[in-house]
Amino acid sequence: MAKRIDVKDLNLFYGKFHAVQQVSLSVPPRNVTAFIGPSGCGKSTVLRSLNRMHEVAPGARVEGTVQLDGEDIYASTVDPVQVRRTIGMVFQRPNPFPTMSIRDNVVAGLKLAGVKNKKQLDEVAERSLRGANLWNEVKDRMDRPGGGLSGGQQQRLCIARAIAVQPDVLLMDEPCSALDPISTLAIEDLITELKKDYTIVIVTHNMQQAARVSDQTAFFNLLGVGQPGQLIEVDDTEKIFSNPTQKATEDYISGRFG
Amino acid sequence: MSDPVVVKPPGGTGPAGAPRGAAANTPAPPPEAPIPPQTEVEPKSPHVRPGDRIFKGLATGSGVFIVALIGAIGVFLLVQAIPSLALDNVNFLFSREWSTGDVGNMRFGILDLFLVTVVSAAFALIIAMPIALGIALFLTQYAPRRLARPFAYVIDLLAAVPSIIFGLWGLFVLGPVLTPIGEWLISSLGFIPLFAKGNVSIALGGTIFTAGIVLAVMILPIITAVSREVFDRTPGPHVEGAIALGATKWEVVRTTVLPFGKAGYVSASMLGLGRALGETIALTIILSATGSSFGWSLFDGGATFASKIALAAPEFNDPRSAGAYIAAGLVLFVLTFVVNAIARSIVAGRKEYE
Ligand SMILES: Nc1ncnc2c1ncn2[C@@H]1O[C@H](COP(=O)(O)OP(=O)(O)OP(=O)(O)O)[C@@H](O)[C@H]1O
Ligand SMILES: [Mg+2]
Repeated sequence: MAKRIDVKDLNLFYGKFHAVQQVSLSVPPRNVTAFIGPSGCGKSTVLRSLNRMHEVAPGARVEGTVQLDGEDIYASTVDPVQVRRTIGMVFQRPNPFPTMSIRDNVVAGLKLAGVKNKKQLDEVAERSLRGANLWNEVKDRMDRPGGGLSGGQQQRLCIARAIAVQPDVLLMDEPCSALDPISTLAIEDLITELKKDYTIVIVTHNMQQAARVSDQTAFFNLLGVGQPGQLIEVDDTEKIFSNPTQKATEDYISGRFG
Repeated sequence: MSDPVVVKPPGGTGPAGAPRGAAANTPAPPPEAPIPPQTEVEPKSPHVRPGDRIFKGLATGSGVFIVALIGAIGVFLLVQAIPSLALDNVNFLFSREWSTGDVGNMRFGILDLFLVTVVSAAFALIIAMPIALGIALFLTQYAPRRLARPFAYVIDLLAAVPSIIFGLWGLFVLGPVLTPIGEWLISSLGFIPLFAKGNVSIALGGTIFTAGIVLAVMILPIITAVSREVFDRTPGPHVEGAIALGATKWEVVRTTVLPFGKAGYVSASMLGLGRALGETIALTIILSATGSSFGWSLFDGGATFASKIALAAPEFNDPRSAGAYIAAGLVLFVLTFVVNAIARSIVAGRKEYE
């Protein structure tokens, strides 16, 4: 299931604004890669280009290639909807569909893909909720609206929704930034679990989190205001946090940034 | 149980818990001498900001005024109507007769007026609702911004056209155009009562069919404008969530925009219905008068509450016959009230979900 991601010479634009410049990196399958860097350096923008969400913004444009197991997702023959169906995404703010029940939220992706069999949907809902460590908390209220859960539960519901379609890759944009330390730990444990089956890319502002959950870390930086963000270096997490090649990386992770 | 609560404030939590009344009592015990100055200052200032008080007075005042005004209108209608209702020689609610010319023998009932009013407004709603939904979705979801703005503007402009213009247009332009369509419907679907041959000449076009279509055009901008507003407010994160799951444009609309905007759309439609029920001058011009009663056909003529009343102005010099029309107006008043109440309860039901 898990697939490998290869990004090559990626340049991202919002209209005339050049947001990110010349990014090249690879993410092996069944691996967690963390994106770190100061605010506005383009982490979310790069992440959103990996499932073709970038182009949803008006005027947004992509140059370069992103390959999934060697297949360019930006090839002209590829349908962006199809790409998004095989790449799950979890957002910074939990965004369950408020008018849908918990069950319907989890299986929303499958329903979009045309699965109608109720028994199958129920099975997937249970499996995904167990996978997201939420099953025990919601199994008695599957028909209640998803918006009635706590923030941490909502985020795990969104993770369940993302893994319900068994995607090749899971993208997470600061999934814990709105959560308390206990929910954060629960989600970090979950990421470590999910790594067995999925290729994961996570954006985080929390250095400890990057160090705890990721195998590989990519540091992005801004050279100046109005300049495009850049990938400074990407390496094994251990290496980045103990002995980075670039001075900027060392300054950033040791808190001497700016 | 209550004793410890009373003792507590002097113990030190006074400033937070004790309102003004309590603060006046507490200064007596000596031990907490340093606290009273605080307790005296704190409760006063946050509660009596003059701006707040003025605003509260203004808001309450206008609320009370509106309610009183509506109540007064209701009472006025009732007071004028009751004497005439007492003179009515047929059942007011269930009779189809309407003759008030001879004030010695008044026979008036609203059944026909009620049916023509409701059927023409409902017909208008059935036409306008899907079209308004389509336009609102097109403008908010599909049309490029550059096109959406002028397009929305044109639709809003429709709302500014005076009803008299709609009436003339309906009678002289739309009516003749609809005549062959009506004839075709009668000949092919005439076995359905709704499409049966009506009680007025179809050649003139003064039918409920024409009236309903004109009403539909008139309420279209209301429904469209409100729905557009609601659909535009679909929370971005939900839309992105759906897109990230691999939803197509239409699936995004179905999973986020429609569920979010449904209640707003329905209550917008109810607003439109209220407008259609009360529309007067356009229908006065369009609908052909008829001597026979309403037979459930869209090709019937007749009169609605509002058009009947408007046409009866010459009779208003006698309070007894005027009272009969006021009684009819009262029923219309209640009808629109009920429609509004339904719209309101739908909107309230939606709040719980957010
Ligand atoms: N929809 C958009 N339209 C125009 N510019 C955008 C848009 N989204 C982001 N940008 C710009 O692109 C640059 C990179 O933004 P991005 O959101 O990727 O940063 P980030 O690294 O994720 O920051 P943060 O850590 O604060 O989330 C910023 O200068 C931002 O202002
Ligand atoms: Mg971001």
